Amino acid sequence: MALFEATGLHKRFGDQVVLQDLSLSFEEGRLSGIMGPNGAGKTTCFNVLTGRHAPDRGRVTFAGEDITGLPPRRVAQKGISRSFQVMNLFDDDSALDNVLIALPRVRRRGFDAWRDLRADSAAEQQAASVLARVGLSGHERAAARDLSYGERRALEIAVALAAEPRLLFLDEPTAGLGAQATGRLAELVGELKRQLTIVVIEHDMRFLFGLADTVSVLHWGQVIAAGTPAELRENEWVRRSSLGSP
Amino acid sequence: MPIASPRAGFLPAPMLVLLLLLATTPFWLARLGLYQYLALEVMVWMLFALGYNLMLGTTGLPSFGHGAFFGAGAYAFGLLQQRVLANLWFDLFGAIVVATALGAIVGACIAHKRGIYFALLTIAFGQVVWFVAVKWHSVTGGEDGLQNIARPLLPLGVTTVNLRGNEALFYFCFALFALAVIVLWRIVHSPFGRVLAAIRQNEVRAAFVGYDVWRYKWLAITISSAFAGLAGAMFALAQQSAYPNVMSLHSSGFVVMMVLIGGGLVSFWGPAIGALFFILARDVLGAATETWLLWYGLLFVVMVLWQPEGIAGLWQAAQRHRAAAARDAAARGGAVTAAGAAPGAGVAAIAKEALHGPL
Repeated sequence: MALFEATGLHKRFGDQVVLQDLSLSFEEGRLSGIMGPNGAGKTTCFNVLTGRHAPDRGRVTFAGEDITGLPPRRVAQKGISRSFQVMNLFDDDSALDNVLIALPRVRRRGFDAWRDLRADSAAEQQAASVLARVGLSGHERAAARDLSYGERRALEIAVALAAEPRLLFLDEPTAGLGAQATGRLAELVGELKRQLTIVVIEHDMRFLFGLADTVSVLHWGQVIAAGTPAELRENEWVRRSSLGSP
Repeated sequence: MPIASPRAGFLPAPMLVLLLLLATTPFWLARLGLYQYLALEVMVWMLFALGYNLMLGTTGLPSFGHGAFFGAGAYAFGLLQQRVLANLWFDLFGAIVVATALGAIVGACIAHKRGIYFALLTIAFGQVVWFVAVKWHSVTGGEDGLQNIARPLLPLGVTTVNLRGNEALFYFCFALFALAVIVLWRIVHSPFGRVLAAIRQNEVRAAFVGYDVWRYKWLAITISSAFAGLAGAMFALAQQSAYPNVMSLHSSGFVVMMVLIGGGLVSFWGPAIGALFFILARDVLGAATETWLLWYGLLFVVMVLWQPEGIAGLWQAAQRHRAAAARDAAARGGAVTAAGAAPGAGVAAIAKEALHGPL
């Protein structure tokens, strides 16, 4: 059985149907991609899968457990983490503190209102090692707002990684990045892929096809094609829409 | 390890300075032509503002009805003393419990709101409580308020202390104040306080890394109300009465102004500075002109427009400026060091920066 399964998801906002009988499954240890034109429902799909919106119909299971309609914090506590397309950081805090607050060991002590968080140097070490994983060593002290765009993208992933997830959702991680930074990001995601299950929404086909084990194509809130990158290159719709020509 | 952050410390320098200044007021205040009661009142407002800042500055919850909890503490203290049991500890504790409970109830109704909706609801709840205080004559004494709240004897086991004089009462309240400030400082720098700060910056992300945002916001409101209740009880002792005015919209606005002018958004100590500034402005400007609030209000407008980080923000900017100047000097010194002249200038600059850390 797949680690994460969504079956028959429906979601409408007002009279606009954004997800229509959508079914997806993500295998443990794989990197799955989701692609599709703008407005295809990709981000809404992520929002439903990670608890931001409850689906109108359908079922979501994670590791065999029904998590349909759980709020984001409960989904996060189960071991599902996500990054955001529009960056969502703790801007006043240092890069280190952004990661620190997302660590499960800090979260478990969240209602401790007496001891100094700074006294927990093991937590700081751990946060620093997460920053090192995304290539932000040396930027621990910098406020998140003072980092460059590319560094903020990396921090966005670091905060998601800090939660020690079993499943990591990345929402358009290359958005706004130049070719060089995209290359570095591909290396990082390739590295992470060996350690955890990842789902990526992406516009950049070269990036996605180079990393993904399987890709689902979303259009009008439905999966219109799915397969390995090699299979999809042959798919008529993908070729016609020129989405597949890198 | 290079990344180890400086710890918050148990008694940081600004706290020691503040407590020392307050503790010595009986020795120098009169010489400035001021009076001891003023220090007592400043301290009460400082406590109210510091506690309020747990909501505004730390958690980012703009409340414009915080006078309700201050007033609840004052009324509860008076009513408990006059109708239930005239024991100082019991009445104080009761006042805190009542304000906390009220905060918990109001918080439960508004903790899921943000921004302008949150602010509007705090005004609404503040007005409800104020209205009850004005209209419920048989209990609250209506617009006259509760009169003749006694400054009771302080039972201390083997002996009792008379708190009737302003100086004795001042020292009693000072002890409570010091304790409350230490507790607040600990809260703000604890994991809990850090989560509150994260929620202020990005509520959505805080939820997505697994925090129960509602419960944290609710706790922030409730804890902040407890401090307001203690301040209110101290105010009832100081004034020997409790009246609806402290719950009014403009009184709730004063505490917001204190926090903003003092710099509560950037500094733990900002609200204390703001409270001192407000009460001094009231008494000093107020002695010169009846329209002191007009001038104070204009100053507030100027501050919000050009110096939104308040007095503490000005101080921090000056510190940064000095640190930068020291670094430049150190860089020049470093160049000289290479030629074998002034070693250690760079270290001195770093040490200086560490000593003059954030306010």
